[in-house]
Amino acid sequence: MALRSLAIRKAIGLGKSVGLGLRGLQTVTLPDLPYDYSALEPAISGEIMQLHHQKHHQAYVTNYNKAVEQLFQALNKVDTSTVVQLQGAIKFNGGGHVNHSIFWKNLAPVHEGGGEPPHSSLGWAIDTHFGSLEALIQKMSAEGAALQGSGWVVSTVVGFKSLQLFHHCCCHCLYVSANVHLCILFFASLHASFWQWLGLDTEFKRLVVETTANQDPLVTKAPTLVPLLGIDVWEHAYYLQYKNVKPDYLKNIWNVMNWKYASDVYQKECP
Amino acid sequence: MASAAAAASSAPTIWLTGQGLGGRSTRLPFHWRNKKMEQRKTGGRISAKFDLKPPPYPLNALEPHMSKDTLEFHWGKHHRAYVDNLNKQIVGTELGDGKSLEDVVIASYNKGDLLPAFNNAAQAWNHDFFWESMKPGGGGKPSGELLGLIERDFGSFEKFLEEFKAAAATQFGSGWAWLVYKANNRADVANAVNPLPSEKDKSLLVVKTPNAVNPLVWDYSPLLTIDVWEHAYYLDFQNRRPDYISVFMDKLVSWESVSKRLESAKAPAT
Repeated sequence: MALRSLAIRKAIGLGKSVGLGLRGLQTVTLPDLPYDYSALEPAISGEIMQLHHQKHHQAYVTNYNKAVEQLFQALNKVDTSTVVQLQGAIKFNGGGHVNHSIFWKNLAPVHEGGGEPPHSSLGWAIDTHFGSLEALIQKMSAEGAALQGSGWVVSTVVGFKSLQLFHHCCCHCLYVSANVHLCILFFASLHASFWQWLGLDTEFKRLVVETTANQDPLVTKAPTLVPLLGIDVWEHAYYLQYKNVKPDYLKNIWNVMNWKYASDVYQKECP
Repeated sequence: MASAAAAASSAPTIWLTGQGLGGRSTRLPFHWRNKKMEQRKTGGRISAKFDLKPPPYPLNALEPHMSKDTLEFHWGKHHRAYVDNLNKQIVGTELGDGKSLEDVVIASYNKGDLLPAFNNAAQAWNHDFFWESMKPGGGGKPSGELLGLIERDFGSFEKFLEEFKAAAATQFGSGWAWLVYKANNRADVANAVNPLPSEKDKSLLVVKTPNAVNPLVWDYSPLLTIDVWEHAYYLDFQNRRPDYISVFMDKLVSWESVSKRLESAKAPAT
C-alpha cells in the first residue's frame, strides 16, 4: 500500500495531470488542553476530561487522518466512488476534531476566569439579542435538555413577563394546570448526540443559538456562521458524572465557560 | 390534539379527537385488556397508557458483562423516562386511543416526518426488545433453522458476526444495530421507502439505525438488536464500544429469543 502510494506520488512528480500538488499529506494532531484534567472540577470531573481528550478526541484525530490518507489515494487514482464513500468518515471525524478543538478553548478553570460573564461588545450584543445573559443561558440549557424527546420544556422569555411559544415544525400543546395556563411543548427529538452552539452570523452581525447533529461543525448550518461557544451534548461528555441528569451538566458547565475566548472571537469579527 | 381554546375550563381538559369517538372501527369493549396497555375509564373519558416492563431477569443478572449499575440507570431511568414521557405525550391524541406500542411507533414515524411522540415510542419499544435480546449466560452460537439461514445469507456465522459488529461499531453517534428478517421486497411500505430494495425476499439482513429509528418502519421483522447509544455502555466500557459489542455477542445474546422471533416473522410471510 505504501509503495503504491509512493509510486503514485512519483507519477505526479513526472508531470501527469491529476490536479494534486507535490506537497505531502498534512495530518492533524491532538491539541493539548490549556489546563489540567481536574482543573474544571466540580463542574466536569477529571475522569471525564481525561477520557474525553485522550480517548474520544484522539480517536477523531486518528480516524480523520486515516480517512484523509485514503482520500488522498482515491483522488490520485481518480477512484470517485471511494472519494464519495469516504465523505461520511471525513465529516464525522473531521467534525469531531474541529468541534472538540474549539470546546477545550471554550472552557477554563474558575481561577482563570471560567464562568466570568462577558463584558464589552459581546456582553452588550447578548443583552441586545436575548435580553440578558441569564436569558441566553436559559435558552441554551433548555434546548440542550429538550433535544432528546425526554422532557417537558416550559419556557418564558425573561423580561417580557409573558409566555413565549417556541414553534417547531411538529409540536403538540397541552394544557395541564387549572391555576396557571402553562403551555408544555414537546420538541421533536431530533438528535441524541449533538452540539449546542452560540454562534455569530457574520453576514448579519447577529448572534444565534443553534444545534448541530452528531459531529457536524457549526458551519454546516450556514457558511456564514462562526462558533463563539460550543457545548458537547453527547453522552460521553457528562455521563460518568451526571448519568441521565443532563440538565445538571447543562447548568454547571456555565461555571467554567470561557467567555473571554468567545469575546475575542466576536471582537475579531465585529471590531 | 388538545386545542389552545381549552384554556377556559377549570379542570384539565383531555378528550379524544372526534375521530377517536364512535367514527372509527377500533371501538373497544371495556373489559378488553391488552397486556402492554391499560385503559381506564375516568369520568366519561378513556385514557390509555403503556407500562414499563422489567427485563426478564434481575438487574444484576447480566454481571459481570453488563453491570447492575448500568441496568439500574439504563432501564430504571432512561427506559422509564421514555415510557413516562410517551404516556404524557399521547394522552388525548389519536396515538393514545388504544393502539399497540408498535402501531404508535409506525404512526408517529409518519413517513420520516417524525411526530413528537416518535422518539419516546420507538425508544420504549427498542428497549423492551433489547432487554429481551439478552439473557444471563447468553452468547455462544445459534442453532437449527436460524443458524441455517445465517449461513445461507451471510456465508458463515463468523461472517455474520463480523458484519453485525461492524454495523454496531460504525453507527456514528447514537443508534442501534439489528439483525432483521426481510419478508417482502416492496419498494414502498406505505410508511417509508425500503432502504435495501435489491436484497432478496425472505432473507436475513444486518441494518443500523440512528437515534430512535428501528426497522419496523421499513416493515422488516427485527430479530436481534444492540443499543449503541453511549448510555448503554459508558459506565462499563467508557469509549470502548467495540469491546462492549464483543462482550454482548460473546456473553449476552439470547439466541433463543432470536429463534422465537424468526419463527413469528416467518409465519405470516407471503
